[in-house]
Amino acid sequence: MKLGDILEIIEGKMITQNAEMDLEIQMGCGADLMSDVLAFTHEGTLLMSGLTNPQVVRTAEMADVRAIVFVRGKIPPSETIALAEEKGIPLLASKYTMFETCGRLYQAGLGSCGLFELTLRRWRESFEKT
Amino acid sequence: MEQGDPKEITIRQELAYELRIGQAMTENGITVAPDITMADLREVLRRNRISGTPVVVDERLIGIVSIEDLIEALASGEMRATVAEKMTANPVTLRADEPLVHAVSKFSHLRFGRFPVVNRDGELVGIVTQGDVVRAMLRQLEVDYREEESHRYRASHIFEDIVADDIALVFGYRVAAGDIGRAGGASSGLKRALSRLGLHPQVIRRVAVATYEAEMNMVIFTDGGEIVAEVRPDRVKIEALDKGPGIPDIEQAMLPGWSTAPPWVQEMGFGAGMGLPNIEACSDEMQLDSTVGVGTHLTITIYLNDMRA
Repeated sequence: MKLGDILEIIEGKMITQNAEMDLEIQMGCGADLMSDVLAFTHEGTLLMSGLTNPQVVRTAEMADVRAIVFVRGKIPPSETIALAEEKGIPLLASKYTMFETCGRLYQAGLGSCGLFELTLRRWRESFEKT
Repeated sequence: MEQGDPKEITIRQELAYELRIGQAMTENGITVAPDITMADLREVLRRNRISGTPVVVDERLIGIVSIEDLIEALASGEMRATVAEKMTANPVTLRADEPLVHAVSKFSHLRFGRFPVVNRDGELVGIVTQGDVVRAMLRQLEVDYREEESHRYRASHIFEDIVADDIALVFGYRVAAGDIGRAGGASSGLKRALSRLGLHPQVIRRVAVATYEAEMNMVIFTDGGEIVAEVRPDRVKIEALDKGPGIPDIEQAMLPGWSTAPPWVQEMGFGAGMGLPNIEACSDEMQLDSTVGVGTHLTITIYLNDMRA
């Protein structure tokens, strides 16, 4: 799915300038916990978050997150926007909730990023014992 | 002779020696037979937009005829004369396997517009003009430039070039305590350095994530410290050293979900007790030593030949 399609599906607005609308997005991840983003995401992920501090952009940079959508109508402070423009990470704004923003994209066919190996192991240990 | 930057002349001379005339010439060019008239020649030159052509009998070069010969014939009203009468017989030729520098010196001494190129048996194989020489050099410059570009910043290349029994590139970063606004600067710098070195993107990502978590821990919980990354041909080792206060119970600190982070840290999206487990997941080897009142020493090793995501 392309960034341009995503903008349309979530009826969003661009926050950063000069974003490439042809940018290919492979999967989505909705999180407010940055350690989860670092653990779960893969290259080419779209991050949906309600947090707007500059560390969200830093996290995206480290985890190779391709673009960030701020949900619940939140608009990030100027430091966040400046860092994103410096790092070339497009920022989008959605007036929908995290649930609806993710839901719209999932319904349109955007897949989810996988689970953290460690989390998955504990899940299996807890619930999938034979 | 033209004056220029001495370095530029060296590159040009180098290219002129490196390239062969065969690489610069135009192959299978237009040729004419000696028995056509100068009026016919005019049509050939006009139609092909050329200013001269070799004269050939059975693949064998016998002369060269140019637009200057045509102008003279026109001026003296001899357009019905044959090419054989007006051409330059036994022209100066160049061999395809000669270095390009021979063409350069002949152009400059004889001031001809073109030279026929022959093989070792004297058969015509092409024609070379000054424009061909310039184009061949530019083409080669572009090839050389691309090769240089693709080799630049490659760690593997650096490691191949430097001969030593042990080789390591060391990158050091200072991390200030409590400076949450600038936190991540060290990891960002390291990530950039590693991509400049051309390391595998998956390796870079693991190093970046592990270093970032370590840097956040240092900013949030310690009195500051430093992060030192050592890149070797087979591995990246990252050491995070801080000035305290130290971790009282390492085993507890390693538990996923266990955290002592204050609420302001949690508001930033950190402090959920996933930092150290995240670092462990990204590393091939992880060593955590801490002494309360002294500081913490975290060592992360990631092997370059292991491409797991």
